[in-house]
Amino acid sequence: MATYKLLKHLGLDVEYPENQTCCGQPMANAGFEQQAKPLSRKFESLFKGFDYVVAPSVSCTAFVRLNYPRLLNHDCETADKCMDVVEFLHDVVKPNAKLGTFPHKVSLHNSCHGVRELGLSSPSEQHIAKYNKIKDLLRLVEGIEVVEPERPDECCGFGGMFSVEEKDVSAQMGRDKVERHIQTGAEYITGPDCSCLMHMAGVAKKQGLQIKFKHVVEILAEGL
Amino acid sequence: MTQHSKAAKKFLENQDYAKWHDNTFWAVRSKRDTMAMGLDEWEQLREKASAIKQHTITHLDEYLEQFSNNAEKNGAMVHWAKDAQEFNEIVYSILKEYGVKKMVKSKSMLTEECEMNPYLEAHGIEVVETDLGERIIQLKGQKPSHIVMPAIHLNHDDVGELFEEKGISDEKGNHDPTYLTYKARLSLRNEFLTADAGMTGANFGIAETGDIVVCTNEGNADMSTSCPKLHIAAIGLEKVIPNYDCLAVFQRMLCRAGTGQPTTTYTSHFRKARPTASQMHIVLVDNGRSEWIGNPEHWESLKCIRCGSCMNTCPVYRRSGGYSYSYFIPGPIGINLGMLRNPNKHSGNVSACTLCLSCQSLCPVKIDLGDQIYKWRQQLDEFGTANKEKELMCKGMSFVYGHESIYNAVTNMAHMANWLPPFIMNSSLNPWATGHEMMKFPKKPFHTLFKEIDKK
Repeated sequence: MATYKLLKHLGLDVEYPENQTCCGQPMANAGFEQQAKPLSRKFESLFKGFDYVVAPSVSCTAFVRLNYPRLLNHDCETADKCMDVVEFLHDVVKPNAKLGTFPHKVSLHNSCHGVRELGLSSPSEQHIAKYNKIKDLLRLVEGIEVVEPERPDECCGFGGMFSVEEKDVSAQMGRDKVERHIQTGAEYITGPDCSCLMHMAGVAKKQGLQIKFKHVVEILAEGL
Repeated sequence: MTQHSKAAKKFLENQDYAKWHDNTFWAVRSKRDTMAMGLDEWEQLREKASAIKQHTITHLDEYLEQFSNNAEKNGAMVHWAKDAQEFNEIVYSILKEYGVKKMVKSKSMLTEECEMNPYLEAHGIEVVETDLGERIIQLKGQKPSHIVMPAIHLNHDDVGELFEEKGISDEKGNHDPTYLTYKARLSLRNEFLTADAGMTGANFGIAETGDIVVCTNEGNADMSTSCPKLHIAAIGLEKVIPNYDCLAVFQRMLCRAGTGQPTTTYTSHFRKARPTASQMHIVLVDNGRSEWIGNPEHWESLKCIRCGSCMNTCPVYRRSGGYSYSYFIPGPIGINLGMLRNPNKHSGNVSACTLCLSCQSLCPVKIDLGDQIYKWRQQLDEFGTANKEKELMCKGMSFVYGHESIYNAVTNMAHMANWLPPFIMNSSLNPWATGHEMMKFPKKPFHTLFKEIDKK
């Protein structure tokens, strides 16, 4: 809802093709790319008529952008049109007026596929100029204080099927990650990917931790 | 559960140890970052290193010939081993020829790959590891848990007790690392002086000059070749590079990436036997490599310079340890090399990865480690090692997502799961519940909400 609200607020013509379901990433990452193929064809036919395909999820976007050309035998328009909402706002819409109001301390979760596949921020491994598109956008929010945890782009341990197949390592990674976010003193954890947030929220709740979760777009749209 | 996930579960039971392990390797990763960020040309070096490896591996026949011709011109004897068995036989025949009873050895993962030590020991030859970490695990009867820091899983108390038990240290209870290192030195000094042969591995072979280049921090490769009369160098085919200019690129990266040091303490070049020694032998080992070059999706693993940095950065390796993987090389590169070696045996490792891609973002020779793991997962069906439950789940998902009427029915009903009693949701039937509390499904899915606002 927040994505819709925010994009409308910025004056964009937003449509939501009703028959959409899933891009196929979960099956492909689990090793069953064949099961993702029919979904990629469905996605392509539903979305190819638009100027941009915007998703509030970095890993779905990355999957479409990087794997669809191969899955669809390079007969594919959506791969180039598909953008994560953060990069779409940052690179295309370029808002410069204030967006929402969110007077809270927020710890930023840099999701792996956002960092290393979409380039939303400079990967900590590489010697390149430091940047972070999510932070840039959050500067447009009134009253917010944005911090990053130690090991700012270490994986939270979700990894799709990984969280089921390697549940102990996954949960350990999740606990470690949430702990580092909490150490910043933040009230909220935010990030550009629902699956990381869902994983960490599940871990935090199990541990009885009080930290709250909000998608980046929910914060950008807060109070609009 | 896969072998890896079972082993990982066990590893994580000792939380203090698990935290220590994670922090230790993260510290190495951080040292590596400091080194990488200290060189403005770091990313250019990675690019260059990757290009050199790609070029060399795709022209390997020429460079191998050049290397072996030059090594022979220098006076070394060159042998070719097609597999592990032949390698072990060649080494043994050389040792037999010179009447060797004891061989000292600097670090070599290749000999680990070929299981050379047990082979030689079965033939009556004493093999003494001289890299401190390797020596510790040899005395302990273990295998390396990391390719660069093989004994990192042990702490100084473990080593202190081991040295007491083996009679290497005599002050009981003195587990001071400096003391233990001093005692190890004394004991190894005696081994160097009484060995009949010395073996080294090779970090690089230089085609243009026929050099074997070995990087160590302890000088043990130099000791292993300076005392005994016979030197055998074991080198995997893919370790040959064209010339010194190329070496300069790798030499700047290997140690920075691997241990976060600007360079190894010793970078030793060996061309021929020293004047007072009898011979230098070089054994070039294929053992699958020439076949892997032809694998269009996975040849890149051959670019590896064995720095170990992919293990240090891997969040799964750090939280499951080197012994949790079925292949003798753990972590991202080990997952890939294990699959090249024997997919039936090592398929369980490919799920030990979140596809976070930190490994390939950092690899000094830019191997697409994570992408390859993704590709191996797609091939499990063809090896017959795919998980049937997972396959069924994926087919189920594909079916639901492929039929929007079913999808909508499911998302409309999902909130009903919120009302299931916790003993069902948190039972062992739901693997998600081990580490997580269940999420609450929204009463109305987005599809419905959207239709409502659209009408307004």
